Amino acid sequence: MSETAVSPLAGAVYEGFARVADAGPRGMITIRGDLASTEVKNAATGVAGVDFPGRGEANCVGEKGILWMSPDEILVLCPYGEVAETLATVEATLAGKHHLAANVSDARALITVTGVDAREAIAKLTPADVSPAAFRPGQVRRTRLAQVPAAFWMTGEESFDVICFRSVARYVFGILQAAAIPGSEVGYF
Amino acid sequence: MLILHCPCCGVDADETELAAGGEAHLKRFGPGSEDADFEGYLFLRENPKGVHFERWRHVAGCGKWFHAARCTVTLEVFGTYPAQTLEPPREILDAIGAKRPGWSWRTLS
Amino acid sequence: MSTRLATGGRHIDRARAVEFSFNGKRLSGFAGDTLASALLAGGQTLVGRSFKYHRPRGIVASGPEEPNALVNLGKSGRFEPNQRATTTELFDGLEATSQNHWPSLEFDVGVINNHLSRFFPAGFYYKTFMAPRAAWKHIFEPIIRRSAGLGKAPKDRDADIYEHFHAHVDVLVIGGGIAGLAAARQAGAAGAQVLLVEQSPHWGGRAPVDGAEIDGMDAGDWVKNTVEELEGMENIRLRTRAMGAGVYDHGYALVYERLSDHAPEDGRPRHRLWKVRARQIVTATGAIERPLSFAMNDLPGVMLASAVRDYVVNHAVSPGDRTVVVTNNDDAYRTAIALKEAGLEVPAIIDARPQAQGPLIEAARGLGIRIEFGRAVAKVRGSARVEGVAVATQAGEGAVLEDIACDAVAMSGGWSPVVHLWSHCGGKLVWDEAHHHFRPDPEKAPTGADGAAFVRAAGTANGAMTTAEALADADAQGRAAAEATGHTKRRKAVPRAAAEDFAPMAPVWMMPQGADIKLRQKMWLDYQNDVKVSDVQLAAREGFESVEHTKRYTTLGMATDQGKLSNINGLAVLAGSLNEPIPQVGTTTFRPPYTPISMGAIAGEARGEIFQPLRRTPMHDWHEANGAYWEPVGHWRRPYCYQRDGEGIEDAVHREVRNTRNNVGLLDASTLGKILVKGPDAGKFLDMMYTNMMSTLKPGRCRYGLMCTENGFLTDDGVVARLDEDTFLCHTTSGGADRIHGHMEEWLQTEWWDWKVYTANLTEQYAQVGVVGPMAREVLELMGGMDVSAEALPFMAFADGVLAGFNVRVYRISFSGEMSFEIAVDAHKGRAFWDAVLEAGAEFGAMPYGTEALHIMRAEKGFIMIGDETDGTVIPQDLGLDWAISKKKADYLGKRAQERSHMTDPDRWQLVGLETEDGSVLPDGAYAAADGENANGQKNVQGRVTSTYHSPTLGKGIAMGLVKRGPDRMGEVLAFHGTGGRTYRAKIVSPVFYDPEGEKQNV
Repeated sequence: MSETAVSPLAGAVYEGFARVADAGPRGMITIRGDLASTEVKNAATGVAGVDFPGRGEANCVGEKGILWMSPDEILVLCPYGEVAETLATVEATLAGKHHLAANVSDARALITVTGVDAREAIAKLTPADVSPAAFRPGQVRRTRLAQVPAAFWMTGEESFDVICFRSVARYVFGILQAAAIPGSEVGYF
Repeated sequence: MLILHCPCCGVDADETELAAGGEAHLKRFGPGSEDADFEGYLFLRENPKGVHFERWRHVAGCGKWFHAARCTVTLEVFGTYPAQTLEPPREILDAIGAKRPGWSWRTLS
Repeated sequence: MSTRLATGGRHIDRARAVEFSFNGKRLSGFAGDTLASALLAGGQTLVGRSFKYHRPRGIVASGPEEPNALVNLGKSGRFEPNQRATTTELFDGLEATSQNHWPSLEFDVGVINNHLSRFFPAGFYYKTFMAPRAAWKHIFEPIIRRSAGLGKAPKDRDADIYEHFHAHVDVLVIGGGIAGLAAARQAGAAGAQVLLVEQSPHWGGRAPVDGAEIDGMDAGDWVKNTVEELEGMENIRLRTRAMGAGVYDHGYALVYERLSDHAPEDGRPRHRLWKVRARQIVTATGAIERPLSFAMNDLPGVMLASAVRDYVVNHAVSPGDRTVVVTNNDDAYRTAIALKEAGLEVPAIIDARPQAQGPLIEAARGLGIRIEFGRAVAKVRGSARVEGVAVATQAGEGAVLEDIACDAVAMSGGWSPVVHLWSHCGGKLVWDEAHHHFRPDPEKAPTGADGAAFVRAAGTANGAMTTAEALADADAQGRAAAEATGHTKRRKAVPRAAAEDFAPMAPVWMMPQGADIKLRQKMWLDYQNDVKVSDVQLAAREGFESVEHTKRYTTLGMATDQGKLSNINGLAVLAGSLNEPIPQVGTTTFRPPYTPISMGAIAGEARGEIFQPLRRTPMHDWHEANGAYWEPVGHWRRPYCYQRDGEGIEDAVHREVRNTRNNVGLLDASTLGKILVKGPDAGKFLDMMYTNMMSTLKPGRCRYGLMCTENGFLTDDGVVARLDEDTFLCHTTSGGADRIHGHMEEWLQTEWWDWKVYTANLTEQYAQVGVVGPMAREVLELMGGMDVSAEALPFMAFADGVLAGFNVRVYRISFSGEMSFEIAVDAHKGRAFWDAVLEAGAEFGAMPYGTEALHIMRAEKGFIMIGDETDGTVIPQDLGLDWAISKKKADYLGKRAQERSHMTDPDRWQLVGLETEDGSVLPDGAYAAADGENANGQKNVQGRVTSTYHSPTLGKGIAMGLVKRGPDRMGEVLAFHGTGGRTYRAKIVSPVFYDPEGEKQNV
């Protein structure tokens, strides 16, 4: 029934000085456990096909990846349609090991922000330092975007992936859109 | 507007990413405890003009609780440390001692 | 009269005329003018009326310290009051109007206050509006409120956009004069990341006007070269029209950037509020010239000497043909020289000092200007503008020696460093005996997170009053700031300026020093708030000796002025009255922002649709399209009911209740919190979280649970489902999901960190649909895919399965008393599933119902609602929920607290049902009176209404309430008091009004 799955933004796109776009449904599995353990590492890397991230890191290739979320939590990314089998594989790998793995794909919205000045749009909304010296591809930052919690990572020098809770997807799209209005370039980074 | 270093995720967190959680190192008293102990645990709090030990949660970040040793007058931060401990680490106590000779806080000094 | 000079003007472009209007009059200026310079160029010396006495006022200053020239700017969506003409850049089509007068600026009825001014002394309001007490509320306050305030509040929605921007830098330099440029240059050379901000559109500050020479070149050229040098450095960012508004803890600073005030409607945001985190802040904010206190110093045409110079040099505007300069220092001689060089007359320089020698004095003398030492302005002649000055000896009491005709007066009482930003975060000041001003105390700088100083003042802001000193100081401060952030790369040569030789200034706080009361009543200290020398002296006599008290009593330095012009003069007068040295009197507190910033900038993007986050369920759009009347629940929007064409809200609610009771209703329950709790210690953990025993729950079953705070009070409730041996799914209230998840994590992380439990907040992973009512099972059976019979899926059980092709989890739980299935489906498929249920339910009369129908049905069943029956002081035992409190457990959160004597008192108010004798609806929150009064003389009470509705099912009013010993008093009638004196008589009954045996839900 995945054809009935719709992301909360239903493909919305805004072309501002940065492009703000709904990335559509994405598979996301939260894994909590001992991140130092071989089982957790294998469970994540086995399905994501990327290296296990260190503290504050994001390793992503295409639709797959692993984000470091906290000292005992990672987020595994995969195509939306593969989440059930991916979760099953994770559970199988972690069988007998104390952990929590849950499908959170539908609890989130994924928005991309791309463009030469994408950093500036993000910097209007977060207290985190997103200057090139402080934040680069390969890192993930959980923080606040205006009034809601969010996380973002860079998929290239000029592109961000932003995740937020599903219920506030339109709010986050709205603030990113406001932040990317043509003429509001800051010319800072 | 404080900045506290979150020892859990390594981020220097803006105060707007954090939630304050009151005094650190409280000992819980449950059923069967004396009224005075329970009162102390639930209600009696230090309110120092000076060095204080506090709980904070990196709520809009990694979600973890941590502790901070902070001067309530100057807002100087002597250090932050994980919440999974019963007392502040030695190096933080030493740092406070070096800057605030003669300080005390509950049973610490 | 003021006018435009034929030549000169550093900032103006005579090739580009700019049309604007003032009070509807069409005027013309040049590109590069400020509104103030253009008004002066157009001969408009009268620009406003004063706050209290409605005295005619003109432009005094040339920068943000301007107290008088506050105007209304723009119209409709771009209307804004209290804008300073001196910092408003002129643009084509600018519309300004003056404030605080009626019917017109030239003829103002309110000026009557001026003639009555001796009846409006300091503290007038406090003294006058004391009695009778009732008169304040009904007479005085409404009148005062109507006449209070300067400009008019805008009425229309702001047409512009605003935003925030977060920047993290090593060194923030505030102020783009030569000191700021020098500091930024050296900090940048050392390798630090530098942000340099300047409030005006121009770099260089005063130096180019004052004719300084730096590194062998004209200051203007040095500024130009240095800006180019800085622009070429990749680690330095420069911003003009960006004012340092405030400095806060841990290196936080606000910078207020005005992007398009000077070019409205160009599509850019109007203002951008920078939220800067700087490891070091250099305040190179310069200094502000002080007025002199002589009688009638507020007449239009009396200006600061530096402002006169600015207008002549920067804008080629002469404030008058004949300008008398009055001063206590050398700097004002520059104004006399500038005026003379522009071909204007300076009839005299009135210098309060007995004698003085120096190059500037010699230069003035060389131009043939008459200089009178030891003299004072006794008073300014004229009624609506300057016509002359009466000269007296400074040492005397004001006997007039001579009248000098003039149409402008340039005054200088010395310079005060701008210490606002230094002081915002706790920097202390010292009194400088040479320059008679407060300057930053380098030993007492604001300190940051590491306990070290993070603010450095530089240049004249630091009391370095000559060009050479200011440059050397700023250079050193820039270097030190960079070093404090770990940057020590190469050093650039210090910019050098020739030493300047000044004669010492003399402190002059009143002119003449022995002025009598008639003169003192006309000496203005604070133009904006109409505070005079006599007011401060009166305050001192009346015992307001603390400077903070004097400020509030007299309004000295309040409002937008924040003491920029009035502070030191007022302090000096107070100190003189108290016979104390000025430093002992001290200053009032400097508070951000430095000058007012727009509300729009503070709000940033948070307006309209994105004013606050609005949480939407997956079915939100369906609700919206189908008549939802929204109710906010936290940030969620939930349908209160669904209105059909022509249907009232109450009718809709009752229809929804009846349909659910008789057929089948659909509820969007997606907002309910869903927290996954997993691990070998999960059962043990939930036994601590809930009052119930959760560890004995069998996999596949559900249990209603209560959560208390450690203080014993009920904080949340919900159904817990045990998914497997190690895993529980805890439902919370809609508003409680984040809070309860945080509560669980807090205990796991900070108390029981060795317990093997993980949690995850899955609230938004699932859309949840309640299918409720006698036909509910038929609907699901029609959808097909799983066995939903009572045998396969009994009450308080759940099952995973498929319905109409959707993977679902179905819970047999009921909050309505009806047969009820709550069905969870992945949120991205929630809308499709909702549509599928509606389609299947059509033939059974399925209709959605909203939160109000939900509330009524739960109240009919006597189910409590967190937030209605609870208010943070209610324990589960009060609500008859003892059955949900495990007696076997040694501990749970709140257990110890519930053992306290007050919690076990049989006199506690407890839950009962309430039924009015006439079937009417009790008012929500109404209290039941008891005999007697309490210690405060208030009527005793014995209970209150917590939930109250008209029950469409029962056709009468039903209510729940908390009543003292309530359950023991069944059948008793209580009197509840509503508003308007109405009393409701209601009988105490069981809170379960509907299906007490539970036959309907358990089928």
